[in-house]
Amino acid sequence: MNIIQVSHLSKIYRTAAGETIALNDVSFDIKKGEFVAIMGPSGSGKSTLMHLLGCLDTPSSGTYILDGENVEKLTQDQLADIRNRKIGFIFQAFNLLPRTSVLQNVMLPMRYAGVPMEERRQRAIKYIEMVGLGERLNHTSNQISGGQQQRVAIARGLTMDPAILLADEPTGNIASAQAEEVMAIFQDINEKGHTVVMITHEPDIAQHAKRVIMIRDGKLVSDEMNKHQVKANPKKMNGDPTAQLNLG
Amino acid sequence: METETILESINTLTVNKLRTGLAILGIVIGIGSVIALVSLGQATQQSVQNSIQSLGANLLTVIPGSTSSGAVRGASGGGTTLTDDDAKAIQTSSQVTSVQAVSPEVQGRTQVTAGDTNANITVIGATAAYATVHSVSMQTGTFISDQDNQASAKVVVLGPTVVENLFPNNSDPIGQSVRIKGISFRVIGITVSKGGSGFSNTDNQAYIPLNTAQLQILGQQYLSSIALSAKSQDVMTEAENQVGYLLLQRHQISDPSQADFSIFSQQDILNAASSTTGEFTTLLSGVAAISLLVGGIGIMNIMLVTVTERTREIGLRKALGAKKKTIITQFLTESIILTFAGGIIGIILGVLLSFGISVFSGSLFVISPSSVLLAFVVSAGIGVLFGWYPAQKASGLEPIEALRYE
Repeated sequence: MNIIQVSHLSKIYRTAAGETIALNDVSFDIKKGEFVAIMGPSGSGKSTLMHLLGCLDTPSSGTYILDGENVEKLTQDQLADIRNRKIGFIFQAFNLLPRTSVLQNVMLPMRYAGVPMEERRQRAIKYIEMVGLGERLNHTSNQISGGQQQRVAIARGLTMDPAILLADEPTGNIASAQAEEVMAIFQDINEKGHTVVMITHEPDIAQHAKRVIMIRDGKLVSDEMNKHQVKANPKKMNGDPTAQLNLG
Repeated sequence: METETILESINTLTVNKLRTGLAILGIVIGIGSVIALVSLGQATQQSVQNSIQSLGANLLTVIPGSTSSGAVRGASGGGTTLTDDDAKAIQTSSQVTSVQAVSPEVQGRTQVTAGDTNANITVIGATAAYATVHSVSMQTGTFISDQDNQASAKVVVLGPTVVENLFPNNSDPIGQSVRIKGISFRVIGITVSKGGSGFSNTDNQAYIPLNTAQLQILGQQYLSSIALSAKSQDVMTEAENQVGYLLLQRHQISDPSQADFSIFSQQDILNAASSTTGEFTTLLSGVAAISLLVGGIGIMNIMLVTVTERTREIGLRKALGAKKKTIITQFLTESIILTFAGGIIGIILGVLLSFGISVFSGSLFVISPSSVLLAFVVSAGIGVLFGWYPAQKASGLEPIEALRYE
């Protein structure tokens, strides 16, 4: 079952200096349960693709069907609703609310979905424990390390049980040891059946995915299965000593 | 607004306490000064009304008006057109049914001495009716009686301020004598203080029998005024008309616009004073309202800064599924909490301030619930009014742009 169907997707920015074709006729499908890395150097159009896949922006032409819903002609509020229900975002800069507890941060998407308070709490705690931060529910986001913040962001991305987990350079702002932990979590949740789409420019991070799509100059240049998927091993790393990954 | 949004906003606002404090200062000052100044205005109005009302209930005053002979019109008030007979006629006429008591009066300023002290005061020639019409009550002794008047007795009733000035060593003035224009008068009573106001200080007056005043002190047969008390508040106009017709008849004037007297009621003075103090209150509130406007602009300014500072947060919230309305509600809640908090602090400060003023100046302490209620509504309203644009701006941010914002 295709969770993402992208066909002939283009994005053209019109400025006073002329037209910039950021994405040029890109087509691919992603099936449920895949772990896809979208790779490309900076300026390749991978960020534009991430914005379109994340329903943060609308394409100039082409169609995008996400989990059976055609999203390219929706209003801002309808897109907000799609993002809320179908996409779990993980950003390079974590983007947690400052001075707000881990628990509150993870509960935020459920609040916008109108989930009742008690259920919100239970679901949030379940996912925070899953990423190994059960001891830090009430720490504020500035009291924990970068790697821990990114794990909180993953928990936040999972609480709405989205169609895809969309990660944009998820290890760009954290130390390599902690990056390994984040990759371990991605592989783990992927094994549990979640679809993960990860945008990155680092080849060794992309090697953790099962499939790699290469983008260059706005065009899809290759799309193949990764025969040498690297298994993340956080225990080997001299990582965050407080980490208690609960990846059973 | 749900509790969660309110709690979250309070949390956000308490992060930067100094900024929040400074932001609401304008509202605090605005609301505080509205409350204090309105209270001050109302206290002034109340005390003016009280002192005018204390001059006599249902009081009508007839004063000699401009006399006209040919084309020459005399000055108002200084006329010689009211006589004792006019007063008697008002009292006895069958046409005049709405008047309860008639007090013919003369007055003049003159020197009064007691031993080696003296005072320049208003001396009023009065009859027994004066006390009824002007609601004069006695602290000690008696007021002038009809017998005193018929006998042109040399007796005097003093106001409390006069007593203080003439008998500074607290000796009992009753039975002692004071000299008015060289003539010795025996003190028979002291009136109760009415708390003299700026308009006419009734505490600094002395009363002698009307006949005595006309014959021996002022040397005039005419009356300075005739004070009347109507039977009730409802028949004031009727009484005014009846007396007016009678006097026009007696003075043989057919055209009312040519009348050589004028009648005004307590209500007229009250209305004039009320409208003056009312304008005063409005003016003060207007000044305070301007400071409130400035306070509102301050709120708008700080909310715009907040929106810019929190662009990334707004972008994140939108990415996670916040709709336009959700973002608007969030920022409006913050601005309303700001102005509401400012309003409450302002109300407390305003009440304390006007209480302080009333204690120091000895004036009345009046806080009308309506002005407090209005302050609440206005402060919340300012939150909505000046928070609307920043909230709108926040909700209109594009999520990608907002997420990229550094």
